[in-house]
Amino acid sequence: MDSTPTPAVASPEIGLTPAEVGRLRADFPLLTQTPGLVYLDSGATSQKPRCVFEAEQHYYERANAAVHRGAHSLAVEATDQYEAARTAVARFIGADDDELVWTSNATEALNLVAYSCSNASAGRGDEAAERFRLGPGDEIVVTELEHHANLIPWQELAYRTGATLAYIPVAADGSLELDRLDDVVTERTRILAFTHVSNVLGTITDVAAFVARAKAVGALTVLDGCQSVPHLPVDVKALDVDFMAFSGHKMLGPTGIGALYGRRELLNAMPPFLTGGSMITTVTMERAEFLPSPNRFEAGTQRIAQTIGLAAAVGYLDEVGMDRVAAWEEHLGARMAAGLTEIDGVRLIGPGSVERIGTATFAVDGVHPHDVGQFLDSRGVAVRVGHHCAQPLHRALGVTATTRASTYLYNTEDDVDALLSAVADVRGFFGVTS
Amino acid sequence: MSGLEQLYQQIILDHAKRRVGEPLAEPEAGHPAGESHQHNPICGDEIRLRVELDGTTDASTIERVSWEGNGCSISMAAASVLSEMAAGTTRGELLELIDEFREMMRSRGTAEPDEERLGDGAAFAGVSKFPARVKCAMLSWVAAENALLDAAKA
Ligand SMILES: Cc1ncc(COP(=O)(O)O)c(C=O)c1O
Repeated sequence: MDSTPTPAVASPEIGLTPAEVGRLRADFPLLTQTPGLVYLDSGATSQKPRCVFEAEQHYYERANAAVHRGAHSLAVEATDQYEAARTAVARFIGADDDELVWTSNATEALNLVAYSCSNASAGRGDEAAERFRLGPGDEIVVTELEHHANLIPWQELAYRTGATLAYIPVAADGSLELDRLDDVVTERTRILAFTHVSNVLGTITDVAAFVARAKAVGALTVLDGCQSVPHLPVDVKALDVDFMAFSGHKMLGPTGIGALYGRRELLNAMPPFLTGGSMITTVTMERAEFLPSPNRFEAGTQRIAQTIGLAAAVGYLDEVGMDRVAAWEEHLGARMAAGLTEIDGVRLIGPGSVERIGTATFAVDGVHPHDVGQFLDSRGVAVRVGHHCAQPLHRALGVTATTRASTYLYNTEDDVDALLSAVADVRGFFGVTS
Repeated sequence: MSGLEQLYQQIILDHAKRRVGEPLAEPEAGHPAGESHQHNPICGDEIRLRVELDGTTDASTIERVSWEGNGCSISMAAASVLSEMAAGTTRGELLELIDEFREMMRSRGTAEPDEERLGDGAAFAGVSKFPARVKCAMLSWVAAENALLDAAKA
């Protein structure tokens, strides 16, 4: 493999130096305590720095109490920390505090929007909820490369309301057919839900094109930020989307926590999804009044420790700097793509010219991805194989499964080279020569 | 043997290429047959397998097992081994073989397979140490069991 030596001082193009990455790695106990591990599956879930679980532990040891309930000082302290976490994560994506709703993960955030629309369609909410009411003749538009989490909730919403689901197709190389935006997204379109970065191909969507079209027809935009928020600087106001969902566990945070960003006026107009304690003002035996956003969407006892862990994670990312994270991963991604392309019988999947994060998805001729993954695992290289929760995209690409290597800020050039040398041996091991 | 070589024994790699029983064959006129389609949603592996019985009145012998499918080397090799072994056995014998194979696959590497009886199937003992791959090996064997039931209905 032709490996270009990296200069000792980070150029703006690559963001971090190998020495800096080496120091960052020391913060990740799992990486330092697992000899020989080459972790290239951060697209599925990231490893976590010590400060994240220390923050959770500190909360449990010093401040654990129910939030937004009770007047004792511990409850006040817990509430302060919980809300401070919200502020930190909201700032991280350029939102205001009351525009960030905690959820368990991105899946729940997307379902929250879909079910709130459903409830509006069933007549809940006042006149302001009109924007969320769907029925026969209305359309919801997604793309063909969505993760199942940003497809199935809309399929189900369509079933429940009588609306129709349409989609922007992908071309044979996996690129979105943007020239179809105008004919697929029409005056009938009420919701346009699409991913910022493909979890399979790592390609970055032209958000501005989608938003412009949605605005032209008056549709709501829902962005799946699962693969962008961890890897790129993301500013929801600059992107100008109406909603965005993301998951904490993919961005150095704990499992069990994610968030939904929504424009303030939309969140306050939307009827709630889950109902119960802590989201109400006045309750009688017949009816209830709901709190404004974000509390109206946070029924029941919340994931307090996880929000504090996620705040520590975004603090960590901020300290490194998202620009530098993105540049380093682009550098690693380019090295992976170039290296994989050079290996005989290995085909990189996805369009060539589109911007991507540090994700490379590939096929090894004559060897099934499951076998590729098993072989790489025997070399300590952890990658994801399968359909990556994107069956329609795989069908469009004409394959049932693929192998995906995905980086994060803690990956090194050596990690990439270990992947490349292992991939180069796959066909030999399985006796595929032609 | 390294873990990887226990999993991918040469017999398995060979069968994954030879693929005895592929493609799916039309049963001869007068031969009862049964079919099953199995799918592993985790990895997308898929198989459609047909068991064809003999044309006598009690139709007790397996004439042929044929299949079409898509999947990893473990699942394709398992289908091939099964097809090779099943031809000429009785229904009862095949069901017993399936039970033995299943028991071996559930053993997490502890089973000492009877090579006399399981033949090339014994090479899958190493797969049982890899819980994530057991389903790959079982896919075609479960399909054969269901195809026999389907044939009994016919
Ligand atoms: C693009 C994309 N959307 C949605 C999800 C769902 O995330 P989660 O399972 O954390 O809810 C994922 C992660 O698998 C993803 O990569």
